[in-house]
Amino acid sequence: METADENQDSSQLKVQSAASLKAFMLKNSTKSNLNLYDHLTRLLIKVMDEHPQNVVDVIEDISHDVKRGLVEDKQSTLRDLPQTTAAELLAEQQRLLFSRPEDADQEDELVETPLPNVSEIGFYLEQAGVGLGREEMQRIFLALKQLVESQALLRCRLWGKIVGTESSYIVAEAEYREGEEEEEQITDEAAEEEEIETEAQDSEKNEMDPLPQSTYKPAPVVPKEAIGTGANKCVYYVCKEPGLPWVKLPPVSPVQITVARHIRKFFTGRLDTPVNSYPPFPGNEANYLRAQIARISAGTQVSPQGFFQAGEEEGDEEDEAPRDSYEVNPDFEGTPVTEMAESLSNWVHHVQHILQQGRCTWVNLAVKPGEDSNEEGEAEEKEEEPDEPEPEVGPPLLTPLSQDAEMFNTPPWSSKTSSTLTSQHAAAVLRSNLWPGAYAYACGKKFENIYVGWGLKYAGEGYSPPVPPPPQKEYPSGPEITEALDPSLEEEQALKEALEEQQAAQEEMEDTDEEEEDDD
Amino acid sequence: MDADSLYYSLELVAGSGYTLNIEQRAALQTSLVILRKNYKFQRVLYWGKILGLKEDYFIAQGRGEDEMNDKKNLYSFNCMDWFLLPPATDSMIDEVSRAAKGRFIGDPSYVYEHLEIRRQGEGDEAEEEEVVTKVNEESRLAVTVHQIDEEVSVVPRGAFIKSPHGLVQVNRSFGGLSHSEAGKLDNFLHFSKPKNLKKKSILEMGDLNPSIDFLDVLSDDIPKGSWSLQFECASRVCVLRSLLWLGLTFYHVPMTPQHGYIYIGDGTKNLDLPFML
Repeated sequence: METADENQDSSQLKVQSAASLKAFMLKNSTKSNLNLYDHLTRLLIKVMDEHPQNVVDVIEDISHDVKRGLVEDKQSTLRDLPQTTAAELLAEQQRLLFSRPEDADQEDELVETPLPNVSEIGFYLEQAGVGLGREEMQRIFLALKQLVESQALLRCRLWGKIVGTESSYIVAEAEYREGEEEEEQITDEAAEEEEIETEAQDSEKNEMDPLPQSTYKPAPVVPKEAIGTGANKCVYYVCKEPGLPWVKLPPVSPVQITVARHIRKFFTGRLDTPVNSYPPFPGNEANYLRAQIARISAGTQVSPQGFFQAGEEEGDEEDEAPRDSYEVNPDFEGTPVTEMAESLSNWVHHVQHILQQGRCTWVNLAVKPGEDSNEEGEAEEKEEEPDEPEPEVGPPLLTPLSQDAEMFNTPPWSSKTSSTLTSQHAAAVLRSNLWPGAYAYACGKKFENIYVGWGLKYAGEGYSPPVPPPPQKEYPSGPEITEALDPSLEEEQALKEALEEQQAAQEEMEDTDEEEEDDD
Repeated sequence: MDADSLYYSLELVAGSGYTLNIEQRAALQTSLVILRKNYKFQRVLYWGKILGLKEDYFIAQGRGEDEMNDKKNLYSFNCMDWFLLPPATDSMIDEVSRAAKGRFIGDPSYVYEHLEIRRQGEGDEAEEEEVVTKVNEESRLAVTVHQIDEEVSVVPRGAFIKSPHGLVQVNRSFGGLSHSEAGKLDNFLHFSKPKNLKKKSILEMGDLNPSIDFLDVLSDDIPKGSWSLQFECASRVCVLRSLLWLGLTFYHVPMTPQHGYIYIGDGTKNLDLPFML
């Protein structure tokens, strides 16, 4: 019985010492607020969970990890504010590209879509070495599909991409619908009326001391081409990234094209940037972009010869208006690729050339008002003939590329096949040297044009901006301001004597007259 | 761009409009590996393409121990057979700048000629001497590649470190610039011998780390605005384009060590830059 008591006592002692050890272990450390008991518990639970190899050798590291794990949890009491980055915003907008409308499932298959076969074009462009990357091309084509659906366009194709300094433009070309022409003309006429009013107010200035009037007569304004013809044949839409809304570019005017030929500027990527240049560009970046697009299209849009044939020709119009219509030739067979790559005469331009004036059809600006009286004054007509400007003529539509002029000692086009190893299935690729970035490919019956670049023409060695005209002399010369030498003393005296003689002679004559009268 | 990263990095620079044909890509992957073995390079880069009127040159660059000084350039027409370009010496640079005008033709043996008539002596005793400078297209190519590297090659800050011995090497613990850092032109450096470093004030030098900041910063370039920084590919890639040599594109994916540059263009410097900005 004593042993039982002793046993109880010793076990109680053991329990007590264990409890005191546990209490000691549960004491929180003053530095880190952890206690040994909890730490060892966690450590052993971790070892039980993970069963690492050679655990006794790595136990210190495991202990360190456990301690570190605790500290990190306690420090993150602040919650992160989620900030939407630009990438996320764009991704949200691009998600809409991939949504499919539920109504028009089956109808699409039957009706001819205005959208071209997108994956095929992307494939051929990649073969030619041009392209924007596969995913980007896919996104662009989906954005084109969105454009077609939202604007109900007849025909649409990807024109290309113009790279700018801050961001780029993706350009799509489409054909005008019929109703749009009237809307555009109305807005143009309203703008012109406003301009005339302001001019009338300006001319009523001060009439006291006439200030020298400027004798500068600005060149007569060349009228715009009607929408649907010439340089305004197609309408262009731009967007910054596929998925963002498309913006329509205004139609181009001939003065914008002539000025764009003289300046050399990068695009910034914002459509409302002013274009600071000399000669001053009439418009902002949207107009400059449209003018460059018109020039590039006129210079580099080509197709295999025979793909298009001339539209209906009216019998008498051989000399006058150049053809501006063409239609797809149903009998086109397709020229073999090696021939397309070798000779430039197998390619033709299918966009009208822009004349010096800035339009595709020439307009005679020297026609003076009051032409009705011409029938009477034939002599006047003969005098006017040498002043009349000669009509400008450009190469007619569908001229082959072999007639393109060379500039700065470089041939205007370089051509090759896309692959030399498998030339049976290659495509012929044409690259423009005058507009770096313009490409065309043809393979059998399929062809396409694209432009990816900075939007500038090759300018040879250096570009020098045009010099401003010389300033006007202050006053038009007249008798009031011409200098004359002051008469010298002898001349004055001679004049005085002459005058006195005259006066004396006059007096004598009057005297004799009076005497005669008296006599009578 | 590094030959090992060719298969994905070409998509990232395609925003400038140029890609490689799948056939050329496959040929490059094979031939660059062989090139590395033959010439014993540490790294082989696909440098780019110079477009000529008749043929295009594909350019590759091999790097040795020291990334900055130990470079060799090679060219090829079909991405398979490579020819070594001579290193560009000062006299070669002089001759090329005098004689070579216009675009590259595409034939390495084409000779550019430049005729200069110099007069020596005075008055009636003047003797006219015709000095003809002849340069062939291969030297012009070597000089052009060298000039582009000197003037517009770009690396992100921290991608290369300079060891105390002076060797410039790839920084293996480069994690990439963050998204906000990649939007600033200050964080990109020219990969060529620095010219402006000594002009920095002591205050500015205090912030810099000498092992990383031993190169010129892009934002010090004159004229300002000669670099175009954009985020492309749904804002994931930071793309830098040079406006001085049109065709040089640099890409960097933020928060990853992926970066590289490539030049695809006609090999002419854009001297009209001040008019165009």
